[in-house]
Amino acid sequence: MRASNLNFLVPLVALGLCGSAAGASELDEVMGLLAARQHGRVEFIEQHFLHILDRPIESSGELRYDAPDRLEKRTLKPHAETLLLAGGVLTVERARGRRVVDLRAYPQIQPFVESIRATLAGDRGSLERWFHVDFAGSLGRWSLTLVPLDSNVKRAVAQVRIDGIRDQLFKVEIRQPDGDRSLMTLRPAASP
Amino acid sequence: MISRRAWAPLLWLGCIAFAAIVVARAHYITDLSAFLPANPTPIQQLLVDQLRDGPASRLILFAIEGGDDAARARASVLMVSRLRKDTQFSMVNNGATDAQQSDREFLFKHRYLLSEAVTAERFSAAGLHAAISDTIDNLASPAGLLFKSLLPRDPTGELLNSIDQLSRSPSPMTQDGVWVSADGKRCLGLAQTTASGSDSDGQGMAIDAIRAAFAAAVGAAPAAAASGVQLKLSGPGVFAVAARAKIEKAVVRLSIASGILVVTLLLAVYRSLPALGLGLLPVASGALIGIAAVALGFGVVHGVTLGFGVTLIGESVDYSIYFFIQSSRRHSGAGARSWQQLWWPTIRLGMLTSVCGFASLLPSGFPGLKQLGLYSVTGLIAAALVTRFVLPVLLPAGFAIRDVAPLGDGIASALQRLRRIGAATVATLAVGLMALSIVVLYLYRESLWNRDLAALSPISIEEQSLDAKLRADLGAADVSDLVIVSGPDLESILRSAEQTARALRPLVDADVIGGFESPANYLPSMATQEARRSGLPNAAELRANLRLATVGLPIRSDRLLPFLEDVEATRHAPLVTARDLAGTSLNAGFDALILHQKDRWNALLPLRGPASGREIDLARVAAALAAGDVHEALALNLKQQSDALYAGYLKQAIRFSLLGFLALTALLLIALRSALRVARVLAPLVLSVLTVAASLAVGGVQLTILHLVGLLLIVAVGSNYALFFDRQANSGDRGSEALTLASLVIANAGTVTGFGLLAFSQVAVLVALGTTVAPGAFLALLFAAILSPREAPRAAAGHA
Repeated sequence: MRASNLNFLVPLVALGLCGSAAGASELDEVMGLLAARQHGRVEFIEQHFLHILDRPIESSGELRYDAPDRLEKRTLKPHAETLLLAGGVLTVERARGRRVVDLRAYPQIQPFVESIRATLAGDRGSLERWFHVDFAGSLGRWSLTLVPLDSNVKRAVAQVRIDGIRDQLFKVEIRQPDGDRSLMTLRPAASP
Repeated sequence: MISRRAWAPLLWLGCIAFAAIVVARAHYITDLSAFLPANPTPIQQLLVDQLRDGPASRLILFAIEGGDDAARARASVLMVSRLRKDTQFSMVNNGATDAQQSDREFLFKHRYLLSEAVTAERFSAAGLHAAISDTIDNLASPAGLLFKSLLPRDPTGELLNSIDQLSRSPSPMTQDGVWVSADGKRCLGLAQTTASGSDSDGQGMAIDAIRAAFAAAVGAAPAAAASGVQLKLSGPGVFAVAARAKIEKAVVRLSIASGILVVTLLLAVYRSLPALGLGLLPVASGALIGIAAVALGFGVVHGVTLGFGVTLIGESVDYSIYFFIQSSRRHSGAGARSWQQLWWPTIRLGMLTSVCGFASLLPSGFPGLKQLGLYSVTGLIAAALVTRFVLPVLLPAGFAIRDVAPLGDGIASALQRLRRIGAATVATLAVGLMALSIVVLYLYRESLWNRDLAALSPISIEEQSLDAKLRADLGAADVSDLVIVSGPDLESILRSAEQTARALRPLVDADVIGGFESPANYLPSMATQEARRSGLPNAAELRANLRLATVGLPIRSDRLLPFLEDVEATRHAPLVTARDLAGTSLNAGFDALILHQKDRWNALLPLRGPASGREIDLARVAAALAAGDVHEALALNLKQQSDALYAGYLKQAIRFSLLGFLALTALLLIALRSALRVARVLAPLVLSVLTVAASLAVGGVQLTILHLVGLLLIVAVGSNYALFFDRQANSGDRGSEALTLASLVIANAGTVTGFGLLAFSQVAVLVALGTTVAPGAFLALLFAAILSPREAPRAAAGHA
């Protein structure tokens, strides 16, 4: 049948993808699910573990997402702050004023923000532009490990690990080369 | 003893020798300043200086196009690293981060003097607590990652503040580590030359260096990868060099072409080499003395003035044509002498009317026009005098040129046929044509004159649009609204700039303006730096404050020892000077906002439009400056200023031209002593001027100041024709008509071909002149012939 006709491709696939062919198709399924979601709203708790600080900085708030490229991070504690990513521009709003950062001017940060946005958007192409993408698990419980391709970016971010269940993300961990890391835990927002 | 015959040639030889020395030693320039105003107001002077020598004039914009993304980025990186080693450039930037490394080191080193946030309160326990907790909060945000490692040395985040206050203007986007256009199809960069913008040689060498670096960068890549990658350059220096090349090429080409034409024409007419040599004497003397006069009068000679030399050839060659042909009836000294009695007065009057026309250029605001005026006036007088006093003496005995009488007879009979058209018909046609031209000019009155200074620029539209595109991509768009503060030295204008900034800040909050740049953001005044430095607490005090400040924060004060050291170092360090800034690429940004004139310093604070997209309300800006008690500060719109500037000069030129016309009319009235004769002399001139102007308008050409000069030239050259016809009609010397006509037609052919050549040049100002004068001179002769008074019936019968 059809499978037998394609048999001759198997060695090539095995060679080129080092056996991750199965993972790739699962990844596509997860990406498909994520891409189908147009909006998302979750609560987050974020902890930054920095060796220079005596204890982790902890913040919490709400994360909103609108496909394909609007991501809003509203921190409520300990200080009110809104980070809005829209069309490549990051707007930081605090009690004492507003700052607009064009991410294109900071090539080191852009992929880091992109890792979360592209995952939420199910944009595999963009993920693979910036990262070596490693998929593990299954649709029911998956984890993506993203390692930056660019050496400049590598200096800022060693790897990003995103854990999820179907189309829901529940953990984002960012490791820096010096061992510092941040951990963001997500859960569905309490009220709509 | 020197005989009476010999003094003229001797005097002439002396003058020529002197003029030759002056011309050989003169300084020639070919930049664009010929068409920048000479006696402007202080603000205009500022604009002109900015255009000519300002730091912005030293900026070369480059773009790399074609090929694939990687090939462009690679070429950009290799080219820039090569150029950075070249001392011809004070700054080369393509957005690569290594370029910003030294800048960041500079900002970091001097952060406690440069950051606007630094005050004594900020270093109190409470101030430190707020600043440090803010910085720690920042660490949680994406941008904070970049500054994490700096926390122990810079816990108050002054580096970020220093960067922020400089990056308030948009910067281009980065791809593959270098600046690219919004569509990613072009790699972009900036180079600032050490040579001043008006130093065309220096600019030319810098441009060659950039091209060579690009060629080397592309050559270093594999052929396939580099294929199709192209370099595009723009900027004031690039324009100046291109303009110079164009003008030089045009001048050389036109001189050769018109030389060949005149020689051919004269040889065809004279059939005699000695006659040719003698015939060129007035032209050559006129040109030489004209250039010498310009060199003596202005110190420098503009290349464009030499280009206009053709205009002089056009008219002064006429003098020798008139002389040879008109004195050829009797091939002897008596012939020359009778020429002096019969014809010289007419030529002298024609020369004087031309001088009236050209003299109206002398008060012009444009150095190029002033020079043209002086060149033409002295050149014409010299040529006429050489024709009158030198040529007759030098004529060899038995001198003869080809008899042009048959040619003259042919023309005369053609003219007779023309004249069979009834006088009433001719008058009707003339009035009709004049009325039509006036109606056309009236209909086009709104768009008749081009009030855009750029119309005079030898830069093509394509080059201008490339420049606009690159500027937009680089975020270096030409600013139109700005505040200028002036003062006697750098320190005073930096202080005024700081004061202006305080006055402008409420306008940013109210969205009257979107923001502004200031040189004080790069280099605060000594006073401000001193205030910041003296506000820094000593080591013991800071240590105590820090201990209190870190209570409740997730960082222990002993981790911030490097901070204590850096603050202490700053307390004993010298203040930052312009010299410190000079080693960084920030210097280009600073330099672009500072303009140093002779004894005047100016700081430019360009304003950005408000977020609402409205125009900036300069009245409100001015009110804010007044309220902020900022003296020596002025809010203005550059586009309005330069438009007003040019419109003013155009108006002035039109006024002077009309005055020149009045002077010419007065001269004719005195010489001819008959209003009717003056009207008859002027009618063909006015008619051809109106016809040419109307034709240009209908042809979609907007008239510039150079078209005005062209119209003036039509009057100057045409007046000779009209005067000869007038003389013919009033002298009773009927027999010489054929010779008069022959000399006029030959002279006219020379003028029309000379100016016709200009029309084919690449330089807009020369084209304007050519397309106006060539048809105008021809029409002037035609109209003068047709409108000339009819012969009295008796004389006509006798002639036939």
